Amino acid sequence: MSALAAGSELPALTVTPDRYATVRYAGASGDFNPIHIDEEFAQSAGLPGRILHGLYTMALVARAQTEAAGDPGKLKRLAVQFRGPAVPEAEITITSTVKERRDDRTIVAVTATQDGKAVIRGAVAEIEL
Amino acid sequence: MPASAELTPRSFPAHDYAVGREKIREYARAVGETDPLYFEVGAARAAGHTDVVAPPMFAAVYSGASFEAAMRDPELDIDLAMLLHSGQEFEWGELVIAGDQITTEIALAEVSERVGMRFIVFRSSSRNQRGEHVCRGTWTVVVRPRR
Repeated sequence: MSALAAGSELPALTVTPDRYATVRYAGASGDFNPIHIDEEFAQSAGLPGRILHGLYTMALVARAQTEAAGDPGKLKRLAVQFRGPAVPEAEITITSTVKERRDDRTIVAVTATQDGKAVIRGAVAEIEL
Repeated sequence: MPASAELTPRSFPAHDYAVGREKIREYARAVGETDPLYFEVGAARAAGHTDVVAPPMFAAVYSGASFEAAMRDPELDIDLAMLLHSGQEFEWGELVIAGDQITTEIALAEVSERVGMRFIVFRSSSRNQRGEHVCRGTWTVVVRPRR
């Protein structure tokens, strides 16, 4: 990892959240907003259906970084913008590109896409490497 | 100006969170983590920790409780069905370990209105039982108008 240069790619992470991923995440996180667990409620709120928790998708983005770094303590900062609702039962791909090395930090640009659309765009991770 | 835009920045009561080993495992499973540091006490101890380690995004759990409480503040009058999480930033310090006691303070930082939508920003700061910084969060939500 110490040889990471600007422009190099970290390993991509692909995940297909199963039908009940939002239910498990609701229980694990305590966020039971019905837009994540109740199909009818989500549609009545103008959504395509139950959507993934933004912080679940962000956790996938974080996992791509900590797995690349080999140590959860190396991830020092992560900033994301949620760009569109992500849904269960469709593949999400996390791609990470090194932007620059700054002192002891590696700055990584990260995107999460689903069905060809960015669900997280312009995310920036700082890894201590 | 709608009343919501006149709210002044303010803090909410601090929230304590006791980090449990099984909660870390439950969270790590829910987000698909596989690193033994999050599951196996032996692996965590071999790496120099006293117990299993929380994934960085476990911040969503210990500081999320404060965020949830702040969003339910009656003065903010947020329609949760119309709420979308639009941005999130975390900055981490010390790792969080099972057995830690995390105290989170959260404050309302900004409220603004654009094209009929209300943008609300909260900032949180979490410390462990030794007073060490473990995480700072910036939480941005947007409340869509009901049609």
